[in-house]
Amino acid sequence: MKKRIVIIDYGLGNLRSVLRGLERAGAAATVTSDPEVIAAADGIVLPGVGAFREGMGMLSHLEQTVLAAADDTPLLGICLGMQMLMERSEEHGVHRGLGLVPGDVRRFIPVAGEKVPHMGWNTIRIERQDPLFEGLGAEEYVYFVHSYYAATAPEYTLASTTYIHPFASAVRCGLAYGVQFHPEKSGAVGLRILENFIEQVC
Amino acid sequence: MVLTKRIIPCLDLKDGRVVKGTHFVGLRDAGDPVELARRYNEQGADEVVFLDIAASKERRGTIIDVIQRAADELFLPLTVGGGIRTIDDMQQILRAGADKVSINSSAVKDPDLISRGSERFGTQCIVVAVDVRRNYRMEPGRTPITLADGRECWYEVVTHGGSRSTGLDAVAWAREVEERGAGEILLTSMETDGTKEGFDIPITAAVSGAVGIPVVASGGVGTLEHFYLGFTKGKADACLAASVFHYGEFTVRQVKEYLAGRGIPVRL
Repeated sequence: MKKRIVIIDYGLGNLRSVLRGLERAGAAATVTSDPEVIAAADGIVLPGVGAFREGMGMLSHLEQTVLAAADDTPLLGICLGMQMLMERSEEHGVHRGLGLVPGDVRRFIPVAGEKVPHMGWNTIRIERQDPLFEGLGAEEYVYFVHSYYAATAPEYTLASTTYIHPFASAVRCGLAYGVQFHPEKSGAVGLRILENFIEQVC
Repeated sequence: MVLTKRIIPCLDLKDGRVVKGTHFVGLRDAGDPVELARRYNEQGADEVVFLDIAASKERRGTIIDVIQRAADELFLPLTVGGGIRTIDDMQQILRAGADKVSINSSAVKDPDLISRGSERFGTQCIVVAVDVRRNYRMEPGRTPITLADGRECWYEVVTHGGSRSTGLDAVAWAREVEERGAGEILLTSMETDGTKEGFDIPITAAVSGAVGIPVVASGGVGTLEHFYLGFTKGKADACLAASVFHYGEFTVRQVKEYLAGRGIPVRL
């Protein structure tokens, strides 16, 4: 039977590519903001682009639903969705996150010749073996677009990427996973990561 | 490894079909956009840009359909431009599956659109396309740029395919769009666009050096070396091209292999 994966719809971002990517990877995927559907899912995807404070604000009515479901359901945060898993962010003041992964969200401090946002294809280096990376090489290209990054301890860092300095490009704490890049925009490698989330993790 | 330099094929669309003109006139039909985008994806394109050159509210549905089809099949970044005037236009295009919207004349007319768009959808979603032309009448307050032949000029922002002057200094405007929250600048020089003589290096380097956001060089690429010069002398973060790819002069992969051979980091 196909895994039931829900994409949390809180009014932000391009959900279509995430939806099609999950379907392509073999899931029965739905975009929803219905707490009952979220509670019954085999896996949760928290997508997102945009600003942290606005994201948390728009998610606030679903926050308790997501936190309750995350107790026993694997969750994958993508980009802003990953940043919202952290404890707090420094984007436009200090704001509280979901706190599912210990750590903070910080802005890249530009250095000469390096642009912010970090935009384009860069490699992830796998730091800890995990079912999420089944079948991938030690270094793979994925697509990034972000101005902030998650600062977390090595024990929560699944993969790292270097831009200006090394940062955590994939994190995990228990069943909560986050990727800073966009698997739904990262071609075959990204689709494999989504497939692994569905088949290996959920 | 490092962040790689991007190669971006641009597809000019009219009524949902790909066209490419020289200096924006004399259009020729070059096929189905999703087919072409798929071919570029297979060749290793880092992103694809769809530019709706005949956009209007009545025909918005055509581009929405193209974006949806492309997003359903291709898992790579899509930027869409042309006729985007409001936050609602941006919302429709992003919802359809685009990752970034590119605004041009509407940003000049209403610079606050950049700020509102970036607050609503995030800085990374908002690309400001800046079309420029040389102006040899130096005036106080203009950013002087020295050309390869030693002449000095400033670059003026133009709109509507180069037919309207705005009086804006290109370098100052680039700084302003960054301050207002643009995540990227797509810079096209009307001096070189369609010439196949190479990117306009002096203004590309000046704009890239003036802002802290990525700059995409556009207009004039004709040889493999032009891409190399765009990244090295032009200091571009990405290079965009249309006709050299549409008419099969080079594949995206050939360009990337050439660049890799000359030490430019690319994703192969």
